[in-house]
Amino acid sequence: MSTPDLEPRPPRDARHAWARLRRAGSPKPTRSNIVAAVLAGALGFAIIAQVRQTSVEGLENLREDELIRVFADIDQDGEQLAGEISSLRASLELLQSRTTSEEEAQRAAQERLDSLEILAGTAVAEGPGITLTIRDPLGEVSAPTILDAVEELRNAGAEAMQIGDLRIVANTWFSDADGGISVSGTVMSPPYVLLAIGDSNTLAGAMEIPGGVTATVRRAGGDATVEIEDDVTVDALLPLQTPQYAQPVPTTDS
Amino acid sequence: MIPAIGLALGIIIGVLLQPAVPAWLQPYLPIAVIAALDAVFGGVRAILDGIFSDKVFVVSFLSNVVVAAFIVFLGDKLGVGAQLSTGVVVVLGVRIFSNVAAIRRHLFGA
Repeated sequence: MSTPDLEPRPPRDARHAWARLRRAGSPKPTRSNIVAAVLAGALGFAIIAQVRQTSVEGLENLREDELIRVFADIDQDGEQLAGEISSLRASLELLQSRTTSEEEAQRAAQERLDSLEILAGTAVAEGPGITLTIRDPLGEVSAPTILDAVEELRNAGAEAMQIGDLRIVANTWFSDADGGISVSGTVMSPPYVLLAIGDSNTLAGAMEIPGGVTATVRRAGGDATVEIEDDVTVDALLPLQTPQYAQPVPTTDS
Repeated sequence: MIPAIGLALGIIIGVLLQPAVPAWLQPYLPIAVIAALDAVFGGVRAILDGIFSDKVFVVSFLSNVVVAAFIVFLGDKLGVGAQLSTGVVVVLGVRIFSNVAAIRRHLFGA
């Protein structure tokens, strides 16, 4: 290498140097300028390529101890993330099981609510059942006969009943009244129409047993007809009554 | 002037093309770049000294690059690649500094 930079030279006049630089820098397309430009271009290209390579590559230029450190870092991060994953998974499972059990409890509560609403007569009920029509032209059918009919229907598994447009629930009462019967204070006159939801064949059979409701009504000079229907709608409603004295005792077994 | 334009052009092309350094060149390119920089500063100093020769510049440029790459290659083969690379960079750095100092003395008289 015969680069001239190793030989010491006395510093020259500054103006002289600037002139030289200007002369060398003037755009003359001489061979030396072209060659120098090509080499400089290659240098610039190589610099950018190397800069980019350095910024892109991560591990190839690292020494062994640096690699070990990076590896340990990654290991630690991995363990940390694995712990995070497992704890998140555990809480996910917890939440899922909680949701499931809450849904279960809600479904059970809804079923309870539905059956209690039908029992208390605060919800419209529909289903298979019978229509019992009691005609009484002589006015001889008394309240106990109707009560018998209701009890028979209950025994036969009627789940919801109404007479006329009154719902029949646990505390419905019947008594005789002028021109008919009084149902929980509402006077009704014949014909009495009883709707009952339940197993329709069982209900119809219960009405027509010998000595049963139909026979009693006939004996009194009336006429009772039973119609089996696929879809009976018991749509008479009662207001919900909150017990004034009775308080539920919380169950302690669960 | 034209070499400066060439340098700028090379940088622009590099930025635009986003070249990937081939794997076999990766150990040598950084040292080669330093060696080429040394040759460039040596060339500028030679211009200011009034002894610039295009032949000398081209030969010194190319030989610097090749020798630097060869030293790294040899160091890799001998198992002292990292140390030898450091040594080459130090030597070239010292030369770049001395060349820049000479250029500074020429241009600013200080």
